[in-house]
Amino acid sequence: MRAQLYRSLYRIRRLEEEVARVYATDKIKSPVHLSIGQEAVSVGVCAALRPQDVVFGTYRGHALYLAKGGDLNAMVAELYGKATGCTKGKGGSMHLIDPEAGVMGMSAVVGTTIANAAGYAYALKHRRPDAVVVSFFGDGATEEGVFAETLNFAVLKQLPVLFVCENNGYAIHTPQIRRQGKADICARAEAAGVPSARLNGNDVVGLARRTEEALAEVRTGGGPWFFEVATYRWREHVGPGEDYQLGYRAAAECGPWVAADPVRRLGDALPAGERTGIEAEVETEIAAAFAFAEASPFPDSAELMTDIFKEEFDVLTAAQR
Amino acid sequence: MSSPQLSDRHAGAALGIRPGSAPAAERTLSFVDAVREAADQEMARDPAVLVFGLDVDDPKAIQGTCRGLLEKYGPERVFGTPLSEDAMTGAAIGMALAGLRPIHVHIRMDFLLLAMNQLVNVAAKSRYMYGGRVNIPLVVRSMIGKSWGQGAQHSQGLHSLFMHVPGIKVVAPSTPYDAKGCLAAAVRDDNPVLYVEHRLLHFQKGPVPEASYTVTPGKARVTAVGEDVTLVGISYMQVECLRAAKYLESVGVKAEVIDPIWLSPLDIDTIAESVERTGRLLVVDTAWLNCGAAAEIVAQVAERLQGVRDLRLKRMGFAPTTCPTTPGLEDLFYPNARTIAAAARDLVEERACGWLPAERPDLQSIVFKGPF
Repeated sequence: MRAQLYRSLYRIRRLEEEVARVYATDKIKSPVHLSIGQEAVSVGVCAALRPQDVVFGTYRGHALYLAKGGDLNAMVAELYGKATGCTKGKGGSMHLIDPEAGVMGMSAVVGTTIANAAGYAYALKHRRPDAVVVSFFGDGATEEGVFAETLNFAVLKQLPVLFVCENNGYAIHTPQIRRQGKADICARAEAAGVPSARLNGNDVVGLARRTEEALAEVRTGGGPWFFEVATYRWREHVGPGEDYQLGYRAAAECGPWVAADPVRRLGDALPAGERTGIEAEVETEIAAAFAFAEASPFPDSAELMTDIFKEEFDVLTAAQR
Repeated sequence: MSSPQLSDRHAGAALGIRPGSAPAAERTLSFVDAVREAADQEMARDPAVLVFGLDVDDPKAIQGTCRGLLEKYGPERVFGTPLSEDAMTGAAIGMALAGLRPIHVHIRMDFLLLAMNQLVNVAAKSRYMYGGRVNIPLVVRSMIGKSWGQGAQHSQGLHSLFMHVPGIKVVAPSTPYDAKGCLAAAVRDDNPVLYVEHRLLHFQKGPVPEASYTVTPGKARVTAVGEDVTLVGISYMQVECLRAAKYLESVGVKAEVIDPIWLSPLDIDTIAESVERTGRLLVVDTAWLNCGAAAEIVAQVAERLQGVRDLRLKRMGFAPTTCPTTPGLEDLFYPNARTIAAAARDLVEERACGWLPAERPDLQSIVFKGPF
């Protein structure tokens, strides 16, 4: 269990560090919203999921995509804008998807996928009751109307969905306290009738356990659950670097989060040989993924006009011409 | 599929334009019942189809278009929703991603503005931005209101907003026959389709075959044949254009009338072919003109035929203001058969004729007693 969690955490951390390192070369053709510091939320929750379970996420979705089992090569190729990317270079970092792994999409418009997750859960409830949906979003999304509307619908229909609010304290550069009159997101979930828990986003083992417990109810018709998970974004909102020079937050604020870094702590707790073995395998896998992306071709120019509709391009344009 | 849907008997017969052209054995249905029957048949055919929206399961059942569906298919497949257009549209997309085929109903098109993020940013874009790995087989039904003081927020025709966006189809049937066939086609389509109804069209009756059928996306229908001027009428304005053609007959002008049916994809071939013969095009929309469906049709025809032949082009639609409720002003807000006929004659004679036909009882607009 711990070794698996460490592998997943280390893999995401190192992948994103490589993304940040390569970013300066302009080989990555997509804005990147790094999850560095927040990996444990996705890893802990996804550790309790089954392959048939489904997740929806946000534009800061690298960690979720990988934690749920999204294809690593296809992700890096996507960041490079290559034809072998998970969306053939059409979606980029903010729209990662891997339906085979249960990663059903991410949106660049805050809050949007919360409702999509609930609709997917409605379908599962009536057609595939062995599976659940987990909806990941940030603290900013809870200010959108769609959050309140979706909580209501999920309770009304007792949908098999776990809502996971990754509260990193900021919507871009604005702190929660300057955006929310009552900064108690769990209270809003409870008011809608959704049982909730406020959890520590650095406690990956605890997150896995609490997710398992909540999903035991969700899987057996108990209706939705809500987690507010405290976490912290170490890097800038978008891009590879840090942003403490902007002055909206102090570098010291990050100190306790770095000190409690679950990636390092979990690694330190493993037998040295096991740890180095995992790390070596992950490094090889990541290097191979970047090599795959480098070697892959860009999409053919004809790809501009495919995938608009599920139809043959020439049929539709013939009708439109 | 059906070759150039020229003078299709169903379209004209619905308006009494070519009486007797429909076989006596053929069944007559209202637009409302045609919509209801299409939903019923599609739900019976495919258990993945479900219907929801504000009030679809209440006693009025969306003007009757959803009547009986709850009793037949149960509350999992037919349910009224919370007043949450944004989240329910998002939920519909999530259902579609999971393999369901939702029909989301809005009793007024104005309410779609509460769902624009999900429709434009998610429904229309998902297939493309996910590289073809997902489909959104979603139908959004919505109604344009008119008459009896519908006013500013119950009368808007917003279809052109959706024509602007790649990835979502737009259909606006004007006859019971097309209402049934287009809804069936929309449900079976693997892409999002905005299905535009008009409140006044709900009262139309016409021949509708009992057996299930589809009306192919991207095909217009020529509903009256003529050589002097081409009238393109969108949604309810198709009815007014056919009436205008009758007024024009009285002054010797033969109008060709076209119902585009599908606004996106748009069958510009059929329209341009007609205009190449007539040299005159009048597009009448149940919407504003700026950046609208009429502007798009005129622009595409002009691009196609410029330098090919001389053209006279005109658009008619809502007055460029907000829809008022008081009848005298409301009448001025909309084109009608007589004003359309007058404009068409001016195009044909290339002058301001100063002609407005006297209203004929057989060509009066539908009298609609509210409240809705």
